[in-house]
Amino acid sequence: MRYVINTGEDRREMLARIGAGSVEDLFRDIPAEVRLKQPLNLPHPMAEPELARHLREMSAANRNLDEYACFLGAGAYDHYVPQIVDQLLLRSEFYTAYTPYQPEISQGTLQAVFEYQSLICALTGMEAANASLYDGASALAEAALMACGETKRDRVVLSETVHPEYRETVRTYLRYRGVEVTECPETGGVTDPERLMGMVDGRTAAVLIQQPNFFGCLEQAPEIGEAARRHGALFVVCADPVSLGVLEAPGEYGADIVVGEGQGLGNQLSFGGPCLGFMACRQKLVRRMPGRLVGQTADKHGRRGFVLTIQAREQHIRREKATSNICSNEALCALAAAIYLSCLGKEGLRRVADLCLQKAHYAHGLITSLEGVSSSFKAPFFKEFAVRLEEDPAGVNRRLLKDKIIGGLDLGRFYPRYSGHMLLCCTELRTREEIERLAAGIGGKPS
Amino acid sequence: MTEPLIFELGAPGRTSSFMPECDVPVRETEELIPGNLLRKKPPRLPEAGEQEVARHFTRLSSLNYGVDTGFYPLGSCTMKYNPKVNEYAARLPGFARLHPYQAEDQVQGALRLMYETQRYLAEITGMDEFTLQPAAGAHGEFTGLLMIKAYHDHRGETGRRRVIVPDSSHGTNPATAALCGMEVRQIESGPDGTVDLDALRAALGPDTAAVMLTNPNTLGLFERDILAIAGAVHRAGALLYCDGANMNAVLGISRPGDMGFDAIHLNLHKTFSTPHGGGGPGAGPVGVKSFLAPFLPFPAVRLDPDSGTCFLDYNRPLSIGKVRSFYGNFGVVARAYTYIRALGGEGLREVAENAVINANYLLSLVRGTYRIPFDRRCMHEFVAVPPAGFREGGLHTADIAKRLMDYGYHPPTVYFPLIVEEALMVEPTETESRATLDAFAGALLEIAREGRENPQLLKDAPHGTPVARLDEVTAARRPVLRWQPEGEEG
Amino acid sequence: MIMDGLLYSEDHEWIKVNGKSGRLGITHYAQEALGSVVFIELPEEGSRVAAGEPLGVVESVKAASDYYAPVSGKITAVNGELLDSPGLINEDPYGKGWIAEIELEDPAELDKLLSPEKYGELLEKEGK
Repeated sequence: MRYVINTGEDRREMLARIGAGSVEDLFRDIPAEVRLKQPLNLPHPMAEPELARHLREMSAANRNLDEYACFLGAGAYDHYVPQIVDQLLLRSEFYTAYTPYQPEISQGTLQAVFEYQSLICALTGMEAANASLYDGASALAEAALMACGETKRDRVVLSETVHPEYRETVRTYLRYRGVEVTECPETGGVTDPERLMGMVDGRTAAVLIQQPNFFGCLEQAPEIGEAARRHGALFVVCADPVSLGVLEAPGEYGADIVVGEGQGLGNQLSFGGPCLGFMACRQKLVRRMPGRLVGQTADKHGRRGFVLTIQAREQHIRREKATSNICSNEALCALAAAIYLSCLGKEGLRRVADLCLQKAHYAHGLITSLEGVSSSFKAPFFKEFAVRLEEDPAGVNRRLLKDKIIGGLDLGRFYPRYSGHMLLCCTELRTREEIERLAAGIGGKPS
Repeated sequence: MTEPLIFELGAPGRTSSFMPECDVPVRETEELIPGNLLRKKPPRLPEAGEQEVARHFTRLSSLNYGVDTGFYPLGSCTMKYNPKVNEYAARLPGFARLHPYQAEDQVQGALRLMYETQRYLAEITGMDEFTLQPAAGAHGEFTGLLMIKAYHDHRGETGRRRVIVPDSSHGTNPATAALCGMEVRQIESGPDGTVDLDALRAALGPDTAAVMLTNPNTLGLFERDILAIAGAVHRAGALLYCDGANMNAVLGISRPGDMGFDAIHLNLHKTFSTPHGGGGPGAGPVGVKSFLAPFLPFPAVRLDPDSGTCFLDYNRPLSIGKVRSFYGNFGVVARAYTYIRALGGEGLREVAENAVINANYLLSLVRGTYRIPFDRRCMHEFVAVPPAGFREGGLHTADIAKRLMDYGYHPPTVYFPLIVEEALMVEPTETESRATLDAFAGALLEIAREGRENPQLLKDAPHGTPVARLDEVTAARRPVLRWQPEGEEG
Repeated sequence: MIMDGLLYSEDHEWIKVNGKSGRLGITHYAQEALGSVVFIELPEEGSRVAAGEPLGVVESVKAASDYYAPVSGKITAVNGELLDSPGLINEDPYGKGWIAEIELEDPAELDKLLSPEKYGELLEKEGK
């Protein structure tokens, strides 16, 4: 394949116009010592049919979720993506456009992002949302930095029940920033409230929790927020947006910054990326927010229009004093979320959340009634829960796979003390029949 | 023409019915979730039918301008054609419908794709190892600088916390240094627009951690002294980081690894034809020389030569850790892999050659009318400034940019790099035809004439777009960042 | 436009001295170079600053720049009206667009500032 369309004749004439004797001549500024002497050692080019076949073969070496019932969650969720989402994403006026720096010919992207920001505000109960960040993990890290900037304090308290990869990311982001990260231990699958109270003090910039947390359990978030507020620390909640169809909006219980992973809102799993980091905050924090913001305004004829705004926060203007270095974000994933939420609407999102809730509890009931299986935690949960198995989770998963089921996550991978525990997830896509097969498989005899 | 907000469409109670009936016994929600954690007021989401949503977003798309709409010579952004087979690849169920925590033996195809992409990128850049995790170029810079810092610290050189950037650098470079807790030292470019070697030598010191360079630089000029620069940087004990945004100019021609760079990020959404998506997602893989490899984020994707299977290597004690969840923007990587396999090595070289031919050809058509502050052979892009007389007529680069829209073009990058006042940065890319360049140059020359004869025409431009110039001052002074129901604004 | 009766810094701030205190802002030239001001970060009342230290940031749509304390001292008042109406800095940089009042620590520092004439020369020299 080639996507260059100048012909040999074109090239000759163009070189003549340029006044170059040859193509080589154009590269004469590159010192001979660093010129490649031989062609790149890459596989031969492929024609499209051959390439498509190769890609199909490669993808067929994976067990995909169209063919397997997936009970894995842990930060990436098999929610249904309505056909309309991808059909609209394929409008190439959307996907082949750059960042909307020229608003007169970018109103499509700008208005869609404005709608996305509005939808995220509505879901989270916050006053402002940005145009997206890379993923939930980096959004949480950015929130921690934002809180340090706002409070001029240098410590954050991070619950151990936050997704382990998110905690790793927070630590990476804060490593050279002179900020101390203290982890608050969990008890029974939720943040230990007493330990937390003891850790938050006048040096604390932020308390960071996840709701529902990594174990699927619901935190007593309002109490935690209260503890943060008492010491003047910001309260940062990392939320599952789908859960907000039934769970209280973090803005209603005192969150200052709400972040999370928006992949479940109309985006494919895609082996974990691209993701969609969302961030929303209170109005007074807007100027500390990282990333792009779209605002509403008007043209000289009074027509409503949208522009990138409060850009003086950003790297292209503020350079080393910017609130973050982020430039490219996840705009197309935000568009998918906007289409998804627009289609589902008020009623539809509530329905998805209800289905997750009901199916997860049905599965929980069936599985924990199996001999040798017990619930890991007593705390209430939304769509994920952990169970303790007598058998090695890897063995159970191998057995399930033969029945076209992808089982849960071995919690021992991230929490050695919970090895032998399995984290399971039910989205609205899991059917009763699949759930019953899952239970039968877990209860089945080791082979 | 404007389009109502989605919130202004539809009617109360309307919804799209995607979701199945509940097939498990239903329990009361209050029984399952404590009352204080239950949502009291439903979120104010739109209430519209599927067909209304389809029309709304289709109409919005028609207010946009993409590479598929027309010529998009946005300097530094490499707005090349996005091949459709890439979209096919990323949407194959075997790639799109994969969970990141599936066991390795279930995802060998995906791991293999990542492993091979790492190898190809290493070959293309002359680096030893790659990570695909960073989600964008700036995220790649962050990953790269953190590794450099970790490397210095590991050698006990903890005092190296200064990063040197030229004044022509992308804003992300100094912003990244700050994000890594490092200080920024900016050096002035030399009279020819490239790095001033003496200024660099003077700035280098025992506290220098890294020098970040873009090569070719943001003026579209190749750093001819690159070997001397690398030598000076390394003699000072610092490392040389390559902002790979302009890699399109040298694919198959020259490799940053051979120039003396120690680390590089690539923008798959620029050089490797993955779409920009209206701002993202992109991907910013980072390549390093082997001495930096122990510091790469975990997990690394590796091949076990004995079994021929790929695996995720978490056992990396010196790793900087994770910069995000999971393994990177796999969907974007799959598109870039497709592109590399489509073109092969010779095809990539042809990309660079034509990118440079197109840029020089376009430059030759507008030179003379538009002034070229650093006029020599350019690489894949060039920087121009408005024609003589424009300033006196009160005309600025922005007016040219806006007027270009009336001719059906996306404007070039404006006001960057910062070292050129009123800069107009033009990058045609290799996928444009000579005819397109001729027509675009014609529009630029026509605008030069219009500016002299009727400056107001430019000041009022654009005339034919869905909205005219927007009031950005009010937008920033009184930000309206979300829709609120009437009566609840503010 | 340069006002008589004020002293100027090389960073384009002005100060109007009244006994042991002074009122300060950014110059006409500075606001013009920035364009329409959309936001200003004010110094904290009661804080102490040294001459040449950044007091805050002033932002336009496409630019942002620090402004600096022309002299050392304690900030005794800030112009809160600018938070709602940052455009005052453009409309009336030497009047309603004032930014802060400062209690002078060392009146000798005033000698280092520029007179209206000298500031005019500076602008001319820089081609502004």
